[in-house]
Amino acid sequence: MIVLNKDTIKIEKEQDVVFFRNRVAEYADKIKMGLVNKTKLLTAASELVRNMLRYANGGKVLCEIISHATLQTGVRLTFSDQGPGIPDIEKAMQDGYSTGKSLGLGLPGAKRLVSIFDIKTQLGKGTTVTITKWKNG
Amino acid sequence: MAAKITVYQALNKNAKKLHEDWLTQQMQDEGLREDLISNEELRLESEEFLKTFLAAIKDDLLEDSNSSNFDKLNEMLAGISINRARHGFSPRETGYYIFSLKQAIFKTLEKEITDLKKLYTEILRVNKLIDSLATVTFETFIRGREEVIIRQTNEISDISTPVIQVWDNILALPIIGTLDSSRTQVVMESLLMKIVETESTIAILDISGVPAVDSLVAQHLIKTVSATRLMGAECIISGIRPEIAQTIVHLGIDLSGINTKASLSHALRFAFQTLRLEVRKKTDKTAS
Amino acid sequence: MEKIPILKMGDFLLVTVQIDLYDRLALNLEADLVNMINKHQAKGVLIDISAVNIVDSFMGRILSNIAQMSKILDALTVVVGMQPAVAITLIELGLPMTGVRTALNVEKGMELLKRNRILDSEEEETTSTDEDDSAE
Repeated sequence: MIVLNKDTIKIEKEQDVVFFRNRVAEYADKIKMGLVNKTKLLTAASELVRNMLRYANGGKVLCEIISHATLQTGVRLTFSDQGPGIPDIEKAMQDGYSTGKSLGLGLPGAKRLVSIFDIKTQLGKGTTVTITKWKNG
Repeated sequence: MAAKITVYQALNKNAKKLHEDWLTQQMQDEGLREDLISNEELRLESEEFLKTFLAAIKDDLLEDSNSSNFDKLNEMLAGISINRARHGFSPRETGYYIFSLKQAIFKTLEKEITDLKKLYTEILRVNKLIDSLATVTFETFIRGREEVIIRQTNEISDISTPVIQVWDNILALPIIGTLDSSRTQVVMESLLMKIVETESTIAILDISGVPAVDSLVAQHLIKTVSATRLMGAECIISGIRPEIAQTIVHLGIDLSGINTKASLSHALRFAFQTLRLEVRKKTDKTAS
Repeated sequence: MEKIPILKMGDFLLVTVQIDLYDRLALNLEADLVNMINKHQAKGVLIDISAVNIVDSFMGRILSNIAQMSKILDALTVVVGMQPAVAITLIELGLPMTGVRTALNVEKGMELLKRNRILDSEEEETTSTDEDDSAE
């Protein structure tokens, strides 16, 4: 696997979200990702960034374009924060579960929208979510 | 004197014999596809390859198969492998092409190099070189196969989702074959695009050509219907065969929120009703 | 602070969302709309989201909220012009937005609102004068 482009974006306030989304859209366009897949990626990114702002007061996102040996290219986003962490990951990944007042679709919804979803969390230390969306699915 | 001979010299000297040996090796293999490649073609291809191979190892630098000396060889090998992938050779058959060369070379070296120690080191070097060539073979072979698969997938999804405008404001989409998640995405996308393009308010999804409906397929259907509704159009599912209706109920799938009709003509009739259209037989007034 | 304009057209309110909504903007829109419905006694709200590229669960919830709130205030909300990619994404996300009425474009959305208005007034009159015009 090769990383072709790389960029880190800090998320501290609500306005950063728009900038971040535009950057992700740029990356998706760069590898000519289809409109539907791009929308899915952007929506998943939007969910995760919102989580980061709400529960961890922000953090940073690493944006990468990655290329696989098997002709697959995609966009990989790594969201890392230093928030309180998630006490019960299994529950957090269930539809309709929320500690805040949201719909509880953030994490499970984001997972359904991307190709690869990975979450690591440590109580009191923070959470890292990595998502990858391939160009063709 | 004989001990000083290089691999290149040894092989070059016996090039003709080497070629014959290699061909014999290849033809001995029961996997040889005489239906896909003729002996004559194979002979020419092998001769050309051997020539390039010898040119590449002329300086006796066998270790570094990435060096520019080997560019032409690697390129040629990649070409051969991709070609074989496209023509439907199996990985084994393709791999044997390069591995049989190894046998032939060893045979020649055994004869030419008498010093056992030298023979051993040279064989190791050749072995390593051929292995790295084999890697190139497999990499390109697989890439060739993948290209074939991707092309076919695209072709299939293109031809399998025709969205037809059957009337003003009415679209029909006959689905033939299994509905998996990637197919559903294509179906949804082309249906929704067409809805926007034609400003249609009713879409009929005909599933008479879907062999079986399990809970996963049903879920995909429900998704498509929901997405159509989000756009502001109604989606009717038609062509539900009796046995499919049975399985749907037995599996406990809830389709109550979805408009279902037995056949495409029933769905069309329903669509006409919804759009307040009427189709009537013309009565011939001049006759009376 | 940017604001999304709300236009009044007779009994109806018209909102065209031209930019990607971020949270504060969406929340403001929700509050503004509810106030406008109340102030003008509006009977219908039309929200055009044809220029919106992303609707995530938060924005989806705001749209559902507006629909529900306006319903309580006796106004029908129609969301129009959703892009195909957005619709597919919302479904995959698990947000079918049941309860929100939709239409393909502003024109069809307006028709829906007007038809709904006529149905309403017919109910109010309760005198069923010419009901069966289809029967012959």
